[in-house]
Amino acid sequence: MSEHEDVIIGLEIHIQLTALKTKLFCSCSSDYRGKAPNTHTCPICLGLPGSLPVTNEKAIKFATRLALALKCTINERFYFFRKNYYYPDLPKGFQISQYNRAGGKAFADRGVIEIEVDGNIKEIQLNRIHLEEDPARIVHEGSITTSPHALIDYNRSGTTLIEVVSEPDMRSPAEAREYLKQLMSIVQYTEICDPNLEGAFRVDANISIKGHDRSEVKNINSIKEVENALSYEIKRQKLAIKRGAILIQETRHWDGDKTISLRTKEFEADYRYFPEQDLVPFETDEQFVDKIRIKLPEMPKERKERYQRDYLLNEFDAGILVLDKQIADFFEEGIKLEKSFRPEEYKLYCNWLMNQVSRWLNENNTNIANTKLKPEQIVDIVKALKENVISSKIANSFIEEMMKGTSIQEIMKKSGKKVISDENKLESLCKEVIKENPKIAADYKKNPKAIQALKGKVMGKTRGQADPKKTEELLKILLK
Amino acid sequence: MENHYMAHELIEKIKDKEIKIEEIIQEYLDIIKETDGSVNSFTHLHEKDALKKAKRLDDQINKGKHIGKLSGLPIGIKGCICIKDSPTTCCSRILEGFNPPYNATVADRLLEKEDAICIGRTNMDEFAMGGSTETSCYGPTRNPWDLERVAGGSSGGSGSCIATGQSAFGLGSDTGGSIRSPASYCGVVGLKPTYGRVSRYGLISYANSLEQIGPMAKCVKDCALLLQIIAGHDELDSTTVKLDVDDYWSHLNDSIENKVIAIPKEFFGEGVDNTVKEKVDKSISILEGLGAKIKEVSFPHLEYTIPTYYLIAMSEASSNLARFDGLRHGEMIDELKGDVFDVFSRTRGERFGMEVRRRIMLGSYALSAGYYDMFYIKALKVRTLIINDFKKVFKTCDAIACPTMPTTAFKLGELLDDPLQMYLMDVLTCPANLAGLPALSMPCGFDNKGLPIGFQLIGNYFDEKTILNIGFLLEQELNIYTKFPSLKGVR
Repeated sequence: MSEHEDVIIGLEIHIQLTALKTKLFCSCSSDYRGKAPNTHTCPICLGLPGSLPVTNEKAIKFATRLALALKCTINERFYFFRKNYYYPDLPKGFQISQYNRAGGKAFADRGVIEIEVDGNIKEIQLNRIHLEEDPARIVHEGSITTSPHALIDYNRSGTTLIEVVSEPDMRSPAEAREYLKQLMSIVQYTEICDPNLEGAFRVDANISIKGHDRSEVKNINSIKEVENALSYEIKRQKLAIKRGAILIQETRHWDGDKTISLRTKEFEADYRYFPEQDLVPFETDEQFVDKIRIKLPEMPKERKERYQRDYLLNEFDAGILVLDKQIADFFEEGIKLEKSFRPEEYKLYCNWLMNQVSRWLNENNTNIANTKLKPEQIVDIVKALKENVISSKIANSFIEEMMKGTSIQEIMKKSGKKVISDENKLESLCKEVIKENPKIAADYKKNPKAIQALKGKVMGKTRGQADPKKTEELLKILLK
Repeated sequence: MENHYMAHELIEKIKDKEIKIEEIIQEYLDIIKETDGSVNSFTHLHEKDALKKAKRLDDQINKGKHIGKLSGLPIGIKGCICIKDSPTTCCSRILEGFNPPYNATVADRLLEKEDAICIGRTNMDEFAMGGSTETSCYGPTRNPWDLERVAGGSSGGSGSCIATGQSAFGLGSDTGGSIRSPASYCGVVGLKPTYGRVSRYGLISYANSLEQIGPMAKCVKDCALLLQIIAGHDELDSTTVKLDVDDYWSHLNDSIENKVIAIPKEFFGEGVDNTVKEKVDKSISILEGLGAKIKEVSFPHLEYTIPTYYLIAMSEASSNLARFDGLRHGEMIDELKGDVFDVFSRTRGERFGMEVRRRIMLGSYALSAGYYDMFYIKALKVRTLIINDFKKVFKTCDAIACPTMPTTAFKLGELLDDPLQMYLMDVLTCPANLAGLPALSMPCGFDNKGLPIGFQLIGNYFDEKTILNIGFLLEQELNIYTKFPSLKGVR
């Protein structure tokens, strides 16, 4: 039994349809980020008395894409419900949402996401996905603790959220992380949301230790933070149980270091869900769904299988490569540019993207579309590596310039760096190194791996420009 | 007096340039000034704007330009229907100062497209919760036939302004009888359309699955004219249907020979005043004389309509009225102490009246976890039974005839402390709301105190045409619609 067998995790993810131009129930622009406060509003999203919602049909289409991608069962007839509670960010005093009890039906039920942790494949079942409107944004001047008042920006009010509710199928923070990565990837592939936009992907995590009451950690904004918050909660809950404390059902807040209790069950709002009768039930017949199904792009799982089949990438590489659609698109574009490439080059290309490029993107907190990197550049790097014009060390040092869009030829010219493959020159360098390091040279007889140390010295002398293959061959001959 | 003409007659006179719109508006304004201190139909008058628009329309006529069908005739519009820049308060302190930045769809159609003139905002029960227009924050409306009595409600102001001759048309809303009750008590004609026939966009919701905006006028023909304009699909209200609207006027004179009129015996049961029964029976005989077939039918679930109606209405109200927190509309309470929830509580506690608070609390309770199935879901099930009762009737009948109200107008204050008794007054009107059927109320006589008695015709879904047709023929036979109150006791 692994250390987390007794851990029960279920996730609720709010995905904002950032690709949808208008709001869920009115025609205001939903592109609120960076806009002047309260400029994207109308009587409907302000909840002015007398206004009525009208369902944005495109939102239903977007939801259908996601439901199909997640293999959910789309309900032929679904309703909106009102979730009643008072909060200043909720202009109507209720949120138009969906409910799967009391005669209500969510947009779609069930569905599945496949994850892999430590080589084990596992299916996480989904309970349902539903549509709802986003509340307004509360803005505090300065910080939440020092601001004398709160300001409300209704630009976000009424934008569309899809909530994906999982079954409590996850057993560790790592599984939760992989689940979120896969979901985020699928969302990106359906092109309904850019999950990298601030607040576009929000997680509520339910977590409990088997046999005890659960806590819900609300509104966590990144995958890393979810993993941290869950790890913290597992420790906290287990410690409490060990000490003989009784855990109570509660809602908690993750502050980046620890979780803090917000309220316990007895103080939970009773949302008084009931049907939203200003909207008529929505019918999604087979024809409607089929039209969307036909246009559904390839999903990461299918793409991964194709990469294994067509480019002979191994399962691990293919899995990581397809996760970020932009990276995978970039890969494919480059591969198609160079007809001479064979599996060896595909692998090099893939490694370059996953290592050098991804690392740079992470360090600079951006995504590939925001850089000037072009597939041709990676093609050229792969070619140069293959033809031994540069060493991988030199190639790695090009990354900064490449991201600015500079061509490989130009970088090589500017840096003056290219591989030293002149045998005479290399031979004298090798001799020099052997002379300078008699101990290592002597060690070689017993330990053939010592040659790597000598090679490193040669590379060091040439600032990485020595042809590593030839250097090794020469060293071997010289040391015989 | 010009105001004793029917609206459609005045439209002809305007067309023939016999009379100027400005003169008509001025005359109505004079009558309002003379009588409204006693009756209190209006909460806000639009005197200046009304005269200005009247002049503009007169100019257009003189220049031979087209003007809308309603030809500048005045209309009193209930305080819960949004009109751009016009105080729309639902007669509640919580909405004082709310001048909507937009028009209800009906306001667009009546005022902008067909050139009616909104002469003022009419009084109502606070948020349409009441049957007597006594819960208004502007004081009660009095019945023009007897100022000691109520005008009915909640659209009491729209009913009394027509009865008093203060306006040619009125616009009301009907959630459980709110158009038909004042029509009955004030002796005018009022129609609640089929649910989904008229756009609710801009109607401040009380119970959104039950209510419709509807016309009120002195006669059936005028009512039909207003309905013609406001009926039809509206893309701003998803619950409006995409069905063609009949040409009502062209069917007013249709023969009703062989039309089957259902008489549900339960609607004439205990609690219905004898004089009311007598006058309604007399009208039924008239219809029989016109060739209609009278068929007695049964409506077994009538006794459950009041609890069903109130459970649904209050549940919906508790949610619909949640948006009134003082943050975005209306005026904030002066002293902002404590956190935002204190401000919400105090705003709502101080600015909602007693009846509104009662209904919000009861509705919240009925929707609460643990009670939901017992109350709300149960009510929805009974609602289905009531709908089935109607469906059964309409399989063989064309319309249902019955009294509108069980009695004539009661005295002011008489039922104010007895909400249950007040709720029971809706027993004959709310079935049509629960089923979403169209229903018309028209005067069919007077009791021995001289108070009007209402005759109700309930039609099949989207068949307003038939009840207007039957109502029109009956009105011609009865010939009492031209009668106006003498306004006993006017100061």
